Amino acid sequence: MTINATRRDVIKGAGALAVSFDLVADAARAADAPGQKLPGDLATSPKVSSWLRVEAGGKIRLLVGKVELGQGVLTAVAQLCADELDVDLARVAITSGDTRLVPDEGVTAGSFSMPNCGSAVRQVSAEARQILLGLAAKQLGVARDALTVADGTVKAPDGKSTTYWDIVANDAFEVQATGAAPLKPRDARRYAGRHVPRLDIPFKVTGTNIFIQDFRPEGMLHGRVLRPPAYDAKLVSLDTTSVEKTAGVVKIVRDGSFVGVIAEREELALDAIAELRALARWDVPATGETQDTVHDWLLRQKTQDILIKNEPNKAAKPAATVEAIYKRPYHMHASIGPSTAIAVLDADGVTHVRTHSQSVFETGAAIAEMLGVDKAKVHCIHMQGSGCYGHNGADDAAADAALLAQATPGRPVRIQWTRNDEHKWEPYGSAMLIKTVAALDDKGDIVDWSHDLWSTSHGTRPGARAGNLLAAHYLEKPFELPTPVNGGPPNYAADRNAIAIYAFPGQKVTTHFITSFAARASSTRGLGAYANVFAIESFMDELAARAKVDPIEYRLRYLKDERARAILQKAADMFGWKDFKRAPGRGRGIGFARYKGLAAFCAVAMEVEVDRGTGKVRVIRVSAANDAGEVVAPDGVKNQIEGGVVQSLSWSLKEAVRFGPGGVRSADWTSYPILTFSEVPPIDVELIDRPGTPFLGTGEASQGPTGAALANAIFEACGARLRDIPFTPAKVKAALQA
Amino acid sequence: MPALKVNGRTHDVDGLENSPLLFVLRNDLKLNGPKFGCGLAQCGACTVLVDGQPVRSCVTQVGAVVDQEITTLEGLGSLEKPDKLQRAFIDEQAMQCGYCVNGVIMRARALLDQNPHPTEGEVRLALDGNLCRCGAQNRMVRAVLRAAREA
Ligand code: FES
Ligand code: FES
Repeated sequence: MTINATRRDVIKGAGALAVSFDLVADAARAADAPGQKLPGDLATSPKVSSWLRVEAGGKIRLLVGKVELGQGVLTAVAQLCADELDVDLARVAITSGDTRLVPDEGVTAGSFSMPNCGSAVRQVSAEARQILLGLAAKQLGVARDALTVADGTVKAPDGKSTTYWDIVANDAFEVQATGAAPLKPRDARRYAGRHVPRLDIPFKVTGTNIFIQDFRPEGMLHGRVLRPPAYDAKLVSLDTTSVEKTAGVVKIVRDGSFVGVIAEREELALDAIAELRALARWDVPATGETQDTVHDWLLRQKTQDILIKNEPNKAAKPAATVEAIYKRPYHMHASIGPSTAIAVLDADGVTHVRTHSQSVFETGAAIAEMLGVDKAKVHCIHMQGSGCYGHNGADDAAADAALLAQATPGRPVRIQWTRNDEHKWEPYGSAMLIKTVAALDDKGDIVDWSHDLWSTSHGTRPGARAGNLLAAHYLEKPFELPTPVNGGPPNYAADRNAIAIYAFPGQKVTTHFITSFAARASSTRGLGAYANVFAIESFMDELAARAKVDPIEYRLRYLKDERARAILQKAADMFGWKDFKRAPGRGRGIGFARYKGLAAFCAVAMEVEVDRGTGKVRVIRVSAANDAGEVVAPDGVKNQIEGGVVQSLSWSLKEAVRFGPGGVRSADWTSYPILTFSEVPPIDVELIDRPGTPFLGTGEASQGPTGAALANAIFEACGARLRDIPFTPAKVKAALQA
Repeated sequence: MPALKVNGRTHDVDGLENSPLLFVLRNDLKLNGPKFGCGLAQCGACTVLVDGQPVRSCVTQVGAVVDQEITTLEGLGSLEKPDKLQRAFIDEQAMQCGYCVNGVIMRARALLDQNPHPTEGEVRLALDGNLCRCGAQNRMVRAVLRAAREA
């Protein structure tokens, strides 16, 4: 590590040079110190300057690779930064998700933002503070330890002071983080762990520019893509002459079976697409599966069988063996705002793409491969969109925009997917089938346990491969979908949370991974965890009922982890489990999991009412308890848990992608209904805060427990055991009659 | 000359009578409040007030509302001076992504104008045609009730 002359020149003050060398020495010492591991994404982007800059006008610029998806992450990292740097929160300005400016933090997903980005920001801000104090010490001629800081103003004991902005230390930030800078003790923090109103909300309630939809560059044109009638359809013929002649239509782009239109006005682009749709002739291969046969399809496929846990209890002498099969259908992300992107090809041959993608770096690289250009020729910039809950149409819309933009150099093209595009073409959460088997002793206690799951991929994110982009399949020279691989430990994918947290005497878990697709599928909030937890926690309930033991007590027999026990107990107490008086037609249920076996602990209890005549389920109330380690933004965590409960109730009660001849039949909100305001029950969320412990990702913690708690509550309410999501009135009625 | 009256200002919309109101508000008038969600009158994201009534601008032709008073989210209050309802959404942190929020606030505004002290059930019923995928419904209901209380 050296500090070069130009950098030295910029540092003001006589002592700067010496300080710079101090810093080098610090860094060297840190490098020598064994086991000094940098936290989170600081390990992969260790330079302080990659994350922070002091700006003129008294601002701190924080640069992060994670992006805002409506989960409030940017506010949370700003809280950490302001605390460690000793500045007011209002001074922190954030740049996020610009591939030219920010550290590559991969994908914003998997509940990784706080563990990976939050921990990095906290540490790097503490490092920056040390650097700034070192420079201030030289400038003021006092020892570093004698200085105090308030809102960026550094004071010496004799009253002399300077500010971060006078020091101008950006060159001094060109060093590797040491990992040695001390973090603020809890009682010295002003923001972390306290309620701080989210920074984006005032914009969003007043219609002030903040969404990608609000970005309207000069000369912007409106693009639309003619999606084929089915996934594997091929364009046979299309006469575009009449549409091309329409006033206001700027260009028709055709490349193989990919057809797009660029127009001066949005309504013209829509009209042009309607006309092209009527004119296009397609070769549509027959498709077979329906929503009812999709699970049979799963079982018919050739599978990769992966034994992820192989500790069966060979000595078990069971008195009885029970088994059950649980299913989930294909579910949509179903964002309220269909996917959008704006791209422009500049004079240097660089395509600049504004996108609400979760993976700007990898999506940019995939687009570059699709366009046949160098990676550096695609520049992605994240802007906020509608909540996505995983890999939805965002990246595909970005690819559409980039393709169309090649036809109008210098003029930005905006892609706006229609509702139909989004519903039919986004990659869904995979349907799954799970078979659980328990060997029991004569008292109903578990002596052996097995879990087999069948699933297609939960991970076809762009991942720097053009073949993962929708448009790339239809080009004259198409890109093939790469053969998907299942994500392995410790996070897993289809088999996420398939290993039960319970200390059974024996446990065997097998993933039957299918590399083909009955429908396009990819990461949807929680991946396989939703279905695996639903199965495990339903089965635990079934076994408890069989043993005539309270379901919480039954779980506690096998639950050794103290934090897990505490969260289960907390949800039970919040709900009033012990003193619950069952009203006719009503029942209660509980579900619990530690997300991924390594992230947040979450337990959900609820009361439901089942109408035996109609089969309709009404959720009366929900209590959710969550332990996300040290909590930075308490209201943000609660919001995630609460939103996850609602989304999971919606999945579990109402949602399933419907298929028919020709493919997907769920094309809008009528054919794919979701939970409405009057169906959302009161939800009480409480947190157990664990100061000083690592941040645990929480955005996907409540879905699995909610699905199971619902099924378990329905069982107590009416005696019907629902194992096939969603629990529609028809299915509840059928189960009651069975 | 047909004119569109939006948030107290008049705009010439000659030749745009057949365009969806939403596109003209967003693309021509550069208003950010009303959002495109479905274009099918199914989600409510595009809601604006026309003479005080909630209207889905995605399926409303410009020609049908010329010379009527149109109010968008921007017409309620501003970043510097949010109105009571907008303020209540901030106080309750009533959203995740906030994409649906325009429609929810506009629908709630119409409700409160007509029924200043609704019950929780009345609020839920009024908002039942507004979809929120993030699951922020309870926070939004609380925000509407708070605005009613503080009015
Ligand atoms: S966009 Fe108008 S109702 Fe959905
Ligand atoms: S807050 Fe995201 S859709 Fe409602």
